[in-house]
Amino acid sequence: MTTLHQVPAPRTRKLPWRSWGTFLLLAGPNVALLVVFVYKPLVQNVQYSLLHWNLGSDTATYVGLQNYVNYFTNPKTPTVLLTTLVFAVVTVGGCMALGLALARLLDRNLRGRTFVRAAVFAPYVLSGVAVGMCWLFVFDPQYGLVSGLLRAVGIGSPNWYNDPDWALAMVCVVYLWKYVGYVAIIYLAALQSVPHDILEAAQIDGASPLRTFWSIVFPLLSPTTFFLGVTVFIESNAGGSFDIIRAMTKGGPLEGTTTMVYQVYQEAFVDGSAGYASAIATLLFLALLVVTVVQMVVVERKVHYR
Amino acid sequence: MSVQEKATSGSGRIPAPRSGDGGPARPRRRRVDVLGYAGLVVAGLVMVVPMLWMLLASFKQRNEIYTIPSQWLPHALQWQNYADVFATVPFAHFLLNSVITTVAGAGLKVVLGLMCAYALVFVEFPAKRLVFLVVLAALMVPPQVTLIPNYTLIAQIGWLNSYQGIVLPGLASSLGTFLFRQHFQTLPASVLEAATLDGAGHWRRLWQFVVPLSAPTVSAVALVSVVGEWNQYLWPLLVTDRSEMMTLPVGLTLLQNNDGITNWGVLMAGTVLVMLPILLVFLFFQRRLVAGLAAGALAN
Repeated sequence: MTTLHQVPAPRTRKLPWRSWGTFLLLAGPNVALLVVFVYKPLVQNVQYSLLHWNLGSDTATYVGLQNYVNYFTNPKTPTVLLTTLVFAVVTVGGCMALGLALARLLDRNLRGRTFVRAAVFAPYVLSGVAVGMCWLFVFDPQYGLVSGLLRAVGIGSPNWYNDPDWALAMVCVVYLWKYVGYVAIIYLAALQSVPHDILEAAQIDGASPLRTFWSIVFPLLSPTTFFLGVTVFIESNAGGSFDIIRAMTKGGPLEGTTTMVYQVYQEAFVDGSAGYASAIATLLFLALLVVTVVQMVVVERKVHYR
Repeated sequence: MSVQEKATSGSGRIPAPRSGDGGPARPRRRRVDVLGYAGLVVAGLVMVVPMLWMLLASFKQRNEIYTIPSQWLPHALQWQNYADVFATVPFAHFLLNSVITTVAGAGLKVVLGLMCAYALVFVEFPAKRLVFLVVLAALMVPPQVTLIPNYTLIAQIGWLNSYQGIVLPGLASSLGTFLFRQHFQTLPASVLEAATLDGAGHWRRLWQFVVPLSAPTVSAVALVSVVGEWNQYLWPLLVTDRSEMMTLPVGLTLLQNNDGITNWGVLMAGTVLVMLPILLVFLFFQRRLVAGLAAGALAN
């Protein structure tokens, strides 16, 4: 590939400023965007959390840690924290357990598994709002699919939208339905990369399939389990649940489905308390950071890397 | 057996008969397979039936939806619900806005990620490690934390209800940069040396040599980005309040309580229309998409 007028090759070693310039031109835009839209706002958010400030108003007063004090003395807070915790435990635990079970199922030589694999994974690529709308109709207390099925077997359907506990259960089910495919697909990819000779050796040694799984396959999957545990946890607590909750329940009834993620939006953009919402966002960030770091430190010791 | 297993497990198409097993293992294997098929059927039904329910409802007349017990099949395919979607909200605008923001957002994200990853691998710079950490650590910042400051900034510079306001704040590429960097490190040095000897500058080396050699990774990351942009909801919800500027997921909620009571037929038709494009993308590029996600999962 010769050109008519030869351009001299960049002499990177002799002209450091030149390679610096190249580096800044290539990496600069991406890094600048990260600084402007991720790192600067991260700091700003902490500053905002020290203000009494309503979105849209020009005046803000410095109140120190008052927003944090208000948060922990607000009677709504225990409910929201409990909802957040229940939602996280059910969705993360459910996604991991069901995802692994599905991956094992789809790893077998069964007719039709290609179709089921696609069906299980498809919801992951769909809009959370659209999924929420679809399931809103499925759970409709009068004309929905679930109430119809329950009626067919002679049970009355609970009013999923009006009871806080049922509403939370409903949102969890929909979240699991949407996200379990992702976990299953990643586990499936990992299962298929387990070296086959190890499994054969176990079979020759007379290990039962169950024993083989728990003693050999599961430990080999531990890096995947670790990765999924962290990412699924972050997804469920940092945005993934927002679309579904907003489409289905708008945080209600009576804060029954208000998680911290939803609360940040609600306080800032519906109720207008931007300073208070910033304090919740800061707390959410710290909580996620702590849990993730603990996950990393604790699990790191138990992960078997190949 | 191992050869057969390996041959079929990757492609996942035709189940090969398991021959050569010992005699006593057979009865148990057969029972397990019955359980397996039961599992497949249950999983398939749970995943498909809600979608089917929605699809059928989108073709039903009003009185067919509001009957107890509910009927499964519409008497005749009614396209009226789909027409109503376009008549009650500016749905064509939503569609256009979604296409524009998705193409611009995903395209620029991939380009920025490629440039950044190239610089991180092939250009000399003293603080490369630090820059890489700055890129990667951003993955740990949940979007809720940056929401209020970003909204304030976009509002101040007058970018509410604009494409740049929707696209720009989410543009920086962290995961893409990471995956590209991982892949670039595996490229053979000889190819790039040849390109350098030919007199290609960094820019040409990136687009004429490195990117073509990384085509599978690039397309996988591009697909994941397209899916992400298309489904983005919270940010477009905040920065658009004029309906002509809304994207599909935001606009869909306008169908919800149009006349006080939810008109399920129309809402389900709108939902089908929002899901359909990305579902087609999924069906065509399933393997690539999975490859992109799995690369992210297995890259460490």
